[in-house]
Amino acid sequence: MQLTNRSNRLLRPAKPWFVYASLFLALLLDYVPFGSHPGIPNWAALVLVFWCIREPVYIGMGMGFFLGVMIDIGRGTAMGEHALAYVILAFIANGLARRIMWFPSLLQALHVLPMLLLAQLVMACVRAFGGNGFPEWVFFLPSFVSAVLWLPLTYLLLLPQFQPIDRDENRPI
Amino acid sequence: MPASDFQTYPVFRRGVSVKIRLLIYATICMVMLVADLRFDYMKSLRGYLHMVISPMSKVASEPLKLLGNATGHFSNLAALQDENAKLRQHQLDGAERLLRFDELEQENAKLRELLGMRKKLPVKSITAEVLYSVPDSSSRKVILDKGKQAGITHGLAVVDADGMLGQVTRVYPNQSEVTLITDRNQAVPVRIVRNGLRGVMFGTGQGLRTLSDVSKHWQQAIQSDLGPGSLELRFALANADIQPKDRLVTSGLDGIFLPGLPVAEVESVDHGAGPFARVICRPLGGVGKSLRVLILGRTELPPPPPKPETGDPPPAPLPKTTRSTRGRN
Repeated sequence: MQLTNRSNRLLRPAKPWFVYASLFLALLLDYVPFGSHPGIPNWAALVLVFWCIREPVYIGMGMGFFLGVMIDIGRGTAMGEHALAYVILAFIANGLARRIMWFPSLLQALHVLPMLLLAQLVMACVRAFGGNGFPEWVFFLPSFVSAVLWLPLTYLLLLPQFQPIDRDENRPI
Repeated sequence: MPASDFQTYPVFRRGVSVKIRLLIYATICMVMLVADLRFDYMKSLRGYLHMVISPMSKVASEPLKLLGNATGHFSNLAALQDENAKLRQHQLDGAERLLRFDELEQENAKLRELLGMRKKLPVKSITAEVLYSVPDSSSRKVILDKGKQAGITHGLAVVDADGMLGQVTRVYPNQSEVTLITDRNQAVPVRIVRNGLRGVMFGTGQGLRTLSDVSKHWQQAIQSDLGPGSLELRFALANADIQPKDRLVTSGLDGIFLPGLPVAEVESVDHGAGPFARVICRPLGGVGKSLRVLILGRTELPPPPPKPETGDPPPAPLPKTTRSTRGRN
């Protein structure tokens, strides 16, 4: 595992418990009642995309479906609204995973932005179908905030993988 | 390396192909959506799963609550004394009317009897506390700490001491969801107190049109002086007799809300060029501020059907006999 496929640095493999814990934490963050302020990112979607790109064999549509249903229930949206969006999001992220890993982090964020926007478009269409009307443009703001957060998130979630296998007390770095 | 690590990739992928799996998941989602939105089949499943999730969302709401409590804790003594004095005055103002209320109600009932009118139905009321507001930028909803177990049902009005706040739109076993009257999709049938003119009131949502609106919203949110939002009286004719400062109360024509609950005050009237006037109102209740609320509703639910006891003889097979008589004829 490398930071990107062009990087020379090898990373340690991701620990399954860390992957699931980070997804769970993102789900909890999505439950935090920040209120109806505009532009709060969809944490679960962002972390889901991250692991779908990093570990496409293990994190995919099943996890997307599960997270989506949990958010639908927690937020009281129509059953399946987030689930459908996250399944499609995971499908695209899994499909593009091999390609995205060749780009530096900033360009990765540019790949992630349209994915998140598409997921939100799915949710907006579901809302329109449910008779709530198509949401205002503010509804799409979280995707842009999430894309900005991509770079810090990459380093935060890869932090455990940066650790060396044999820690040398005399040479801490 | 342990076998449970992610890095042991399988050489050959076995199982269902990715596109088929997408199709399966998407179909499940679509079925759930249609079942939920069109047929309302998901109610009980949602209720159970919500009970599983509610500890998680409670944990998630703790940090913000702690922050709010901390800022509240350090509000100075003067503010508290001020509030206390205001509450005392409020109580005194209401006391006289409250004292006469029972007498007036009796008198009203007698008069109604004399006039041969239908008796006013008794009202049920439940107090509840607002737990948190739903994190969604395109709706305005809050969650209350009581649900079906406390007798809350779908459609009841939610008020505070000053006026109407919203309507119960979803009921879970131990929580319920209230759509505030400032939500874009929430309608309240109202009447103007001064002249009895009727209309329907809608929320205007957040009304964030430009990026500067968004930044202004955030500035206000950080200083915690966000306004309650505004309301719009739609379909009022351009020449209708509506003036600023008019009070609007629920008309009760919908058969859901009790009549006479204060809702809003007219802020501005724009008799534009179109057939309808643009009437903007300000909610009277503490929409988005009140933490203790009252849930009001009519108690005209029909009595439950009597359960057939096991000892009773089974009812006579009526259809069979009619069929046989028909056959004979």
